[in-house]
Amino acid sequence: MEIVVKQSHQCQCQSTAKGALDLIRLAPLEGFSVLERQDLAPKIHLLRITAPAIARKAKAGQFVIIRTDETGERIPLTIADWNQDNGDITVVFMEVGASTMMMATIGVGDCVKDVVGPLGVPSHIENFGSVVCVAGGVGVAPMVPIARALKQAGNKVTSIMGARSHNMLFWEERLDNFSDRLIVTTDDGSYGRKGLVTEPLAELLQNETVDRVIAIGPSIMMKFCAKCTEPFEVKTIASLNTIMVDGTGMCGCCRVNVGDTTKFACVDGPEFDAHQIDWDLVLARQRTYLEKENQALKDSKWRAFEKILVNIRG
Amino acid sequence: MAAKLDLNRVAMPKQGPLLRVLNFQEVALGYTEEQAIAEANRCLQCPKRPCVDGCPVEVDIPEFIKEIQEGNLAEAAKILKAKNSLPAICGRVCPQETQCEVKCTLAKKGAPIAVGRLERYIADWELADIAKRRPQFIASKPSGKRVAVVGAGPAGLTAAADLAKLGHKVTIFEALHVAGGVLMYGIPEFRLPKAIVQAEVDYVKSLGVELVLNWVVGKTITIDELAKDSFQAVFLGTGAGLPMFLNIPGENLSGIYSANEFLTRVNLMKAYLFPEHLTPVNVGERVVVIGGGNVAMDSARCALRLGAQEVRVVYRRSRAELPARLEEVENAEEEGTIFQFLTNPKRFLGNDDGIVTGMECVEMELGEPDASGRPRPIPKPNSEFIINTDTVIVALGTTPNPLIPATTEGLETTKRGTVVADKETGLTSRPAVWAGGDLTTGSATVISAMGAGKRAAASIHTYLATQVA
Ligand SMILES: Cc1cc2nc3c(=O)[nH]c(=O)nc-3n(C[C@H](O)[C@H](O)[C@H](O)COP(=O)(O)OP(=O)(O)OC[C@H]3O[C@@H](n4cnc5c(N)ncnc54)[C@H](O)[C@@H]3O)c2cc1C
Ligand SMILES: Cc1cc2nc3c(=O)[nH]c(=O)nc-3n(C[C@H](O)[C@H](O)[C@H](O)COP(=O)(O)OP(=O)(O)OC[C@H]3O[C@@H](n4cnc5c(N)ncnc54)[C@H](O)[C@@H]3O)c2cc1C
Ligand code: SF4
Ligand code: SF4
Ligand code: FES
Repeated sequence: MEIVVKQSHQCQCQSTAKGALDLIRLAPLEGFSVLERQDLAPKIHLLRITAPAIARKAKAGQFVIIRTDETGERIPLTIADWNQDNGDITVVFMEVGASTMMMATIGVGDCVKDVVGPLGVPSHIENFGSVVCVAGGVGVAPMVPIARALKQAGNKVTSIMGARSHNMLFWEERLDNFSDRLIVTTDDGSYGRKGLVTEPLAELLQNETVDRVIAIGPSIMMKFCAKCTEPFEVKTIASLNTIMVDGTGMCGCCRVNVGDTTKFACVDGPEFDAHQIDWDLVLARQRTYLEKENQALKDSKWRAFEKILVNIRG
Repeated sequence: MAAKLDLNRVAMPKQGPLLRVLNFQEVALGYTEEQAIAEANRCLQCPKRPCVDGCPVEVDIPEFIKEIQEGNLAEAAKILKAKNSLPAICGRVCPQETQCEVKCTLAKKGAPIAVGRLERYIADWELADIAKRRPQFIASKPSGKRVAVVGAGPAGLTAAADLAKLGHKVTIFEALHVAGGVLMYGIPEFRLPKAIVQAEVDYVKSLGVELVLNWVVGKTITIDELAKDSFQAVFLGTGAGLPMFLNIPGENLSGIYSANEFLTRVNLMKAYLFPEHLTPVNVGERVVVIGGGNVAMDSARCALRLGAQEVRVVYRRSRAELPARLEEVENAEEEGTIFQFLTNPKRFLGNDDGIVTGMECVEMELGEPDASGRPRPIPKPNSEFIINTDTVIVALGTTPNPLIPATTEGLETTKRGTVVADKETGLTSRPAVWAGGDLTTGSATVISAMGAGKRAAASIHTYLATQVA
């Protein structure tokens, strides 16, 4: 098979915009230009992308769907930050498979083919009292705007962020800015407290009044956060990262059992009551394409691709 | 013209079933010029034009066929396009056997004129060299009015084209990354090549229509904002994209797809080219498709092409009630699809990993006709049995996506979720907002969506004339 690796998605679009009609004018025809790239941790990258129409509407907890190029998958990513005045949005993603590896080749001045959003229901924000935000891995990025909104609404915000190891941690300061208290854990004890995020969570629940818990991270982490808070009967919200295609309620790929009903994570969520979610089903559906994804990575094109990536990654 | 009745309907060349299940190329290959003329020559040019009554957009059938008889293909194309702006598509996907062809005088003799095939022939002839053959369109004087069209399916594309021809500035907002609606994400390449849809979309753009992709109306922008912000009229053609499920136990197991998901992965995202294209789809050895419409046939035939050993269509009524286009049922059968009629699923069975392994079904028998006029299927007591399967595709039909009604105040909908619109004009309960196509009717046909787009465009044009720019 021919090896086609596009390292550059050169882009002609340029924009700074206001009013709805101007936005349409600016709706990029060739792609959405990348204004900034940061490598936050091994295999975790930040992209700031021109998307004025989305920046205008974005709210904490919402996501976009990005397609890197003509052959790419439609990938859901939470909007980690946005700037209405500059007309841009920021996403932070982790390389976990072929599509996110492809995305990791994009640099400043390149374009991504498609960005659509903001999708999903925004986080429910009000003054709940004392809120604990639990973020695992790359989940720290989507948590920051939620913590910010909760703080602005007058909540006492306690954040717990966890990573495998010190070098995987990022945005500690950012999250700290919007938290009254920040607890950091690493699985290997290389930084902060050694252990999983559920341990400090359980202590907090035992020692003080907690009115609400929000968990974002790997499904398995969110499942155990839900298990942890259940006996305390504290309302717990999880932001699901199901597999998606369209993100607009058209395919049903993202469906989950919540209570006794089927919900679509893209339009009814992505946030749901974590105690009502059928987690085993979430985990099973997430594994649907494991074999295929591995097959993609074994493909000669991707083996060559990995090598190139090693040079680009931070 | 033929002196006596010629009942030898000219067959259309097709890829053989053994070969075609190995590829995604078009199955029906289209008439040659000789075949088209031979078929056209069978037409009796009936003065009462019964065939025209069967066509939802009243294509001037005898007239365009006459031009084929006389070898005036450009003239035939002109007559065809006067009523039908997407003939290359309609010739391929219209259910002719219940529309134009069923009304043909020769249908009584069992050999109606193959109107769809002739339509396709003319359209393809024109498309083969568009630059030269497509009549140059002379734009009307710009009216200075702007119209927003939401959704780039057949309804939206038709409305946009007509409005642009009348001199209005039209912007189409489309949620997906390509235009075409179901023609792009639902109907497979082997039945409707995407290059043909793309050519039609390009034609609409060539009329000056602006196409804005990746905009989900209701999310990226609302109808209120559009109406406030410079669009004097809005046309909604967002289709019926919300998949229906059976709501039976086990339906969310891994390996169970809605037809929308399955077909979107295969057609829009080109999963048949995986891993060149990165979107995967899983097709096991034994695939079950639930339903009996076009969507079910398309799903079954895609599954066969993706390597399934056995594909079984499970339908709760009998063969006579299958709602799919006849030609596609026959194609599916030829390709080896197994039909299991009078069978209804009760629940799905899965393994410890949460993957579907089987489906419990019950046998049905047909009773008195129900509200739809078709015999009502009734479960037979104690007839439960299990079908083993590793991939299930639920093709029960769709309803409109509630996104726009939910974000648009004063837009009246029915219990079924369809938007209420005047049958003649398409005007909704919201001033200056029109709607048409599957959004107002529920899943229907390409040609009916186009008809609705046309009628709405005419009504919008009349309305705009009363507005100051
Ligand atoms: C609403 C929503 C918001 C999201 N926001 C973000 C975000 O802000 N940042 C981000 O990095 N990701 C986010 N995700 C997940 C992201 O979409 C997936 O990681 C991505 O689609 C994987 O694509 P891929 O082809 O590279 O990997 P695949 O090849 O599809 O997956 C490779 C392997 O990783 C597993 N996997 C997939 N997603 C995850 C995950 N999230 N965590 C752990 N393992 C996973 C898969 O099961 C598979 O085994 C979000 C998902 C949703 C639904
Ligand atoms: C698999 C399948 C096979 C079929 N086969 C046939 C056939 O053989 N013959 C036949 O006549 N008919 C067939 N049909 C039916 C036919 O395709 C539809 O009736 C027709 O496409 C309806 O046209 P429409 O313009 O109303 O909607 P659609 O084609 O559904 O187009 C709607 C468009 O609106 C977009 N949209 C939706 N919501 C939004 C939003 N909020 N903002 C912006 N854009 C939005 C969608 O993405 C889509 O592009 C088939 C349907 C399917 C699913
Ligand atoms: S548009 Fe459809 S129904 Fe009308 S004549 Fe053509 S094939 Fe027949
Ligand atoms: S009814 Fe049949 S034979 Fe008569 S004009 Fe129409 S197509 Fe020709
Ligand atoms: S991703 Fe298709 S319905 Fe949610």
